[in-house]
Amino acid sequence: MINIQNLSVEKDNATILKDVSLRFGQGGITALIGPNGAGKSTLLHSIAGLIEPTHGTVAVEDINITTARPAERAERIALLAQNEHVTARLSVRDLVNFGRWPHHRGRPTALDHQKVDEALAAFDLMDLCERRLESLSGGQRQRSFVAMAWAQETPWMLLDEPLSALDPRHVRDIMDRLYNLTRPGKGQRSVVLVVHDLGVAARYADRIVALKDGQLVTSGPRILQMTGPMLSKLFGTSLSIDYINGKAVVVPS
Amino acid sequence: MKLYVLAAISLALLVGASCVIGVANLSGGDLDTQMVLIVSRLPRTFAALLAGAGLALAGVVVQMSVQNRLVEPGLVGTPESAMLGLMLITLIAPSSALLVKMSVAAVAALIGTFGFLWLARHVPRRDPILLPLVGLIYSGIIGAAVLWLAWTTDLLQYIVVWQSGEFSGVLQGRYELLWIVAFVSILLWMTADRITLLGLGEDTARSLGLNFRQTLLLGLTLVAIIVAVVVVSVGSIPFVGLVVPNVISRLRGDNLRQNLPIVAWLGGSMVLACDIIGRLIRFPYEIPAGTVFAVIGAALFLWLLHASPRRSHGA
Repeated sequence: MINIQNLSVEKDNATILKDVSLRFGQGGITALIGPNGAGKSTLLHSIAGLIEPTHGTVAVEDINITTARPAERAERIALLAQNEHVTARLSVRDLVNFGRWPHHRGRPTALDHQKVDEALAAFDLMDLCERRLESLSGGQRQRSFVAMAWAQETPWMLLDEPLSALDPRHVRDIMDRLYNLTRPGKGQRSVVLVVHDLGVAARYADRIVALKDGQLVTSGPRILQMTGPMLSKLFGTSLSIDYINGKAVVVPS
Repeated sequence: MKLYVLAAISLALLVGASCVIGVANLSGGDLDTQMVLIVSRLPRTFAALLAGAGLALAGVVVQMSVQNRLVEPGLVGTPESAMLGLMLITLIAPSSALLVKMSVAAVAALIGTFGFLWLARHVPRRDPILLPLVGLIYSGIIGAAVLWLAWTTDLLQYIVVWQSGEFSGVLQGRYELLWIVAFVSILLWMTADRITLLGLGEDTARSLGLNFRQTLLLGLTLVAIIVAVVVVSVGSIPFVGLVVPNVISRLRGDNLRQNLPIVAWLGGSMVLACDIIGRLIRFPYEIPAGTVFAVIGAALFLWLLHASPRRSHGA
């Protein structure tokens, strides 16, 4: 359970988030949507405990994430940040192994190696695991980073625009895997992600959180909350939801 | 494994050459061979190896700390700050012990490096060339302050010594401080994973439970100590921290736990090789190792920029 109460974040005298209160339980995929500059990324970083709120609190499970020790934080939340400027020359396996860092602190056990193998397998990276990141395509590299966050084995995974700059095949590939891995069952995880592609949100999200100008517009089950009028208001352009073969799609109207 | 054997053999050859090559002829019989070796040749050899290894490792840490491969201590103001500290302590307490001077230099180097980090936070990261440019100006400003201070206090001759890495003055009893570098290198190797994590960026490192600031402080403190020791004992050698880590990263990647020993080996070997070359070019006169390295390093760096390594596109 993530419990956000009256969260406000100010940076350089500008208000980025204003009095956001939110609660949501475990499981499924939660999509953070909203126009550019709405504060989505800041909200995600606040949930990860990497930004100190000006007011309010963020609790993840049993702890206040802002005041938690780094190790406690890393047991509960994995964050995949947007970091295009980082060009680590690591093999895919080394990268995913760093996802286990909170568990092994540099001394991997047999269990850690097994978990790394599982994460590699879950994101279809076994054939690539000895390749270095800079030799991969954008899609393969992003999949490797998601696998690293996965290997951290936290109940919550936060992904900041994991799909930007990916072609439809890779978007689908990553989202299908995340969708399956967040369904109820053994080792179920919860994913919160920032997406710009509303089609992805409509297709995969169980819940949506809509932000605009740093304020919460709405949150709740996607089926109930993600409507044409809501989206139109949120983005300031007229949008509606259609169903093709039972699948929701967002179209300009 | 093969690489380690190769490293050991090349190191042994270089050390051997360094012991034999010099103005005093060891097989001539008119000199006490043992004394020349112990007082001059061996200390000089160790000094070059330690300084080279230390500067190369310092380069890796700085590059990982700011997630940019185009910087090195000399491009973030570390040696200039160390010189400023040295200059101040020389003016305030000229008779203080070398260890005290070195410590003051290390503290100044650390403060100067953090000054750069503070600046770096305001530099956009999309274009990697911006950061080294900012660093160039920053270290230029500190260097100018040092020069002005030296000029007004008539200490210019010190600056020449601190700036040009040179080993001809290394004698037994006057270089031992450099062994601190060996100790610091071991500490760095023990924190290799954490430093690799720094290179993944602050958000990623912190979400993996790394205490980012503490690690940054530790890493840059070790860098400051290395640079201060090198500046005090043999003078700074530019480009070692830039070229060596880039060569190793290109060839072997960024897994520092595997690669830090190789970085140290290449840094030490290259500086020693440059020192040997400097002894030979104008025999019996000498050219500073720092000057030789600048030429070789520049060529190597150009090659690095243009060579397209296997299985890799993009940077």
